[in-house]
Order: sequence, then C-alpha cells, then structure tokens
Amino acid sequence: MDSISAWFKWLHQTSGIKLTIFYDSYDRSRFIEGLITTLELSAIVIVLSLFFGAIVAWLYGSKQIWLRRFVSAFVQLFRNTPPLVQIYFFYFAIGPLLPKVGGAPILGSLGWAIVALTLLETAFTAEIFRAGVEAVPKATIEAAQALGYSRAQIFRWVVFPLALRVTMPALNNNLVNLVKTTTLGYAIAVPELLYMSGQIWSEQVNVTEMMIVLLITYISIVGVINQMMQWCEKKLYVPGFGQ
Amino acid sequence: MKLSVMLPFRLSPKPGELDRSSGGGLFVWQTGVLLFAALVVSVTAAQAQALASQASVFSLLLKWTPLLAQGFLFNLAISFMAMLLGTVAGVMLGLARVSLLAPVRGTSWVVVQFFRNAPWLVLLFFVMFLMPFEFKIGGHTIPFPDWIKSTIGLALPIMANIAEIVRGAIQSIPSAQWEAARSLAFNRRQILWQIILPQCVKRMLPSWMNWYAILTMATTLASIVGVSEVMTTVGHITAAESRTDFLIPIYSYVLLWFFLYCYPIACYTRRLEARFAER
Repeated sequence: MDSISAWFKWLHQTSGIKLTIFYDSYDRSRFIEGLITTLELSAIVIVLSLFFGAIVAWLYGSKQIWLRRFVSAFVQLFRNTPPLVQIYFFYFAIGPLLPKVGGAPILGSLGWAIVALTLLETAFTAEIFRAGVEAVPKATIEAAQALGYSRAQIFRWVVFPLALRVTMPALNNNLVNLVKTTTLGYAIAVPELLYMSGQIWSEQVNVTEMMIVLLITYISIVGVINQMMQWCEKKLYVPGFGQ
Repeated sequence: MKLSVMLPFRLSPKPGELDRSSGGGLFVWQTGVLLFAALVVSVTAAQAQALASQASVFSLLLKWTPLLAQGFLFNLAISFMAMLLGTVAGVMLGLARVSLLAPVRGTSWVVVQFFRNAPWLVLLFFVMFLMPFEFKIGGHTIPFPDWIKSTIGLALPIMANIAEIVRGAIQSIPSAQWEAARSLAFNRRQILWQIILPQCVKRMLPSWMNWYAILTMATTLASIVGVSEVMTTVGHITAAESRTDFLIPIYSYVLLWFFLYCYPIACYTRRLEARFAER
C-alpha cells in the first residue's frame, strides 16, 4: 500500500499527473465512500424495484379495468418523462411538504434518490416481467393444468422458471442502466461516486485525471455486472432452451 | 432470440394484444389525461392554500409558459443536433464494426463498449471540462459555446448505441443478399451502400426513434453542466416566485410537456415495431 502511494506521489512530482485518491487518505476515503454509496444505492433500488415490479406486473393482469389503466398510466408516465425531472420533482416539490423530525427532513437527498429511482426502475422492471410472463405459450400452461397443477403451482414451477430465463438479458440491461442513472444523484447532492469525485476535482484541480478514473470505475462496475449476469445465465441454462 | 419452447419476448405488446394486457387502446390519450388530471388537482390544491392576496397558481403557470416554451425549444434543438451528429457518427462506427480489417473491428468494438457503458452525465462532464471553449484554425477563432459542447457530449452515447443498431441490422440481412449481389459483380462498398444499408433502414427505424426519445429526455442533463435549458428556466422561475405551493404544479407542468412530446414517439415506435414484426 505504501509503495503504491509512494509511486503515485512520484508520478505527480515527475509528470504532473495528480491522482490524489491513491496517496491522500482524505481524498481516498471520499472516493471510496462515493463508490460505496453508488453500489448501495444501486443494490437497494434493484431489490425494491424487482419486488414492486413483480407486483405491478401482477396488477397488469387484474380483472379491474381501472386498476389496469392506472398501472399502465404509471408505467408509461415514468418511462416517458426525463428521470432528472422526476428526481427534481420528488426532491424539490414533494420533499418540502413532508413534516420534519427534529429540524431535519424525514428523507434526505439519498432517501429521495432511492424513492425516485425505485419508481423509475419499477416501471421498467414491470414491463420486463409482463413481457416475460406473456412469452410463456398458452399450450404449456394448459399442459400443466391437464397434469393437475394448481394456479400457484403453475406459476411456481412452469411460468416463473421459463419467464426468468427469457427476461435475464433485459434485466441485465436494466441493472446496467440503473448504475448509470445513479449519477443523476449528483443533481441533488447525493454523496455518490460522481458527486464525491466532483468535490475532489474542484479542490485538487485534477479534472482530467479524476474524469478518467471515474470512467474506468463505472465501466468496470458495468463489466463486473455483465460477467455476473452471464454466469447466472449459464447456471440457469436448461437443455433445449435458447440457441 | 428464437426459443423453441417460448413465444417471442416482446417489451411492447402488439396493438391487437393491447386489449388484453393493458386495458384497451388507451395508449395515446388516457395516460396524458391522468397526468393532466394530476396537474389540475395539484393546481387546485395549491389554489386552496393560497392567500387571497397572492396570484392564482394557474395564472402563474400561464404567465411563465412563454419562457418555459423557449427553454423547451432549446432542449429540442439540442436533441435534433445531437441525434444528427450521433446518427452520422454511429453509422460510420457501425460500418467499422463489420469491417474486414481486424484492427478496425477491434478498435470500433472498444469505442462502442466504452461509450455505451459510461454514464451519460459523466460523458457530458468529460466533454464540458476537457474540450476547449474555442478553436483557433489559421487566423480565425471559432468559438465553442457550452451548448455545442453539451450537444457533442450527448451525441457520444447515441453514436455508440446507433453503431450497435447498425451492426445488428447489417447482420440480420440474409447472407443470400450478399451472395446475390456478389454474383452480380458488385464490390463490397457498393453492396453495403446500395443493397444492404437501404434494407437496414426499415429495421433500424423503431430502435432509432426509441433512442431519439431517450436522448430528448436526457437533454435536461445539460442544465447540470450549466447550459440554460428548460430545467434552468424552472430553477429561475421557482426562485423568482419563491412560493412552496407553486413547486408541484410547475414540475408537473414540465413533466407533462416532456410526456406529450416523448409519448407519441413511443407509441409510434411500438406501432412500427409491431407492423414490421408481422411481416
């Protein structure tokens, strides 16, 4: 560790490339904090949106026409308006309306980012789930019915396993998009990776270096996610399904 | 993706299926009506709280509409130019992806992966900070204002995604087309430009429109890096009015504007996709 920081110090002195996050402990802790916040935010939002997305996809099939219309309106609304304006709407317009607890607002910028991104991602996930369930042929379900499966059993043992596999690529895409969208937290001062890096480069005046570090970091996160999802897809592979 | 045991995985249902899956052909107007109703409710609620001495929220919205429209038009201008730039560069990059030269293929792959996987906002910052504000060519100084830089920043991810669409479309053309063209003594350049690409246009159109809608929504990011577009205008307006009951109406109002612009594009994309899928 010491030799790494010594090398980057030497690099700064000889070439002027100023990568403070490798030798300044304060900058490093800020950068790591930002990275953790980004990962945390993505993880919380993806779990919540998978849960709510499943509920919304289930409501799509409701017998109540008004419920279906409402759900469809929700999905279309969030898919067709700018995510940044949605975040502003929640943070600046809805935020001040909530009561304060002990002088501090109930939800901080991170809380509102979670709310806004969860609603956005729920709309996308619900569409994916709905499409996945619809891709299961009726004949397959009828075959399961003929074998005496109940509705719940059909979902658990027939529809869900097939739908999961067919939705995997789309879910992966969605997860990658989510990680990229967390950068919008910058606009409402969520201490995520971009915001923290912004603080570092405005103090150290090393915009170029931090930009390159940032891009490499985000692309690595996306790369790791892609690898993990590919591994999952391989693990879930069943003979006769796909290619 | 063809799966032997599954129906096609389709993110947007066919028009005929709409009745079953999402409650009637309500796509074009009912969602807009719902949003509009939410706006009216929030305006009325704000109205009820407003003091008698204050101007009505509705009249305030009306008063600021011309200014907002100006900002919004600027967003659209940025989106048009970024799309133009991104499409031209994207087609070139997409052709490089199917080049016969391995180094060209490899480099273009790296470029595409880089710009597809980097967050839009980071790319925007990158271009904003690292591009000069003017260019000196010979004795002339060509200024490079912020909005042009933000246009370039937004065009970069569009370029990479269009390149992927172009590559996908070229590879989806049956190889018989290539063989037939070759047997008629067309050379590779002629085959690509005169036979393959014209057939790709139809296949690419839905995804291209989808990316245009995404780009239009992303133009609001320019406000973060200091370009005065519609969100900057909203910031000025809320500061000028400094009324908390005005916040929800004005943000809903801007959301409605974007929705009314992007939603018809999404609907039309869906219709085109369904029509092409049937053939």
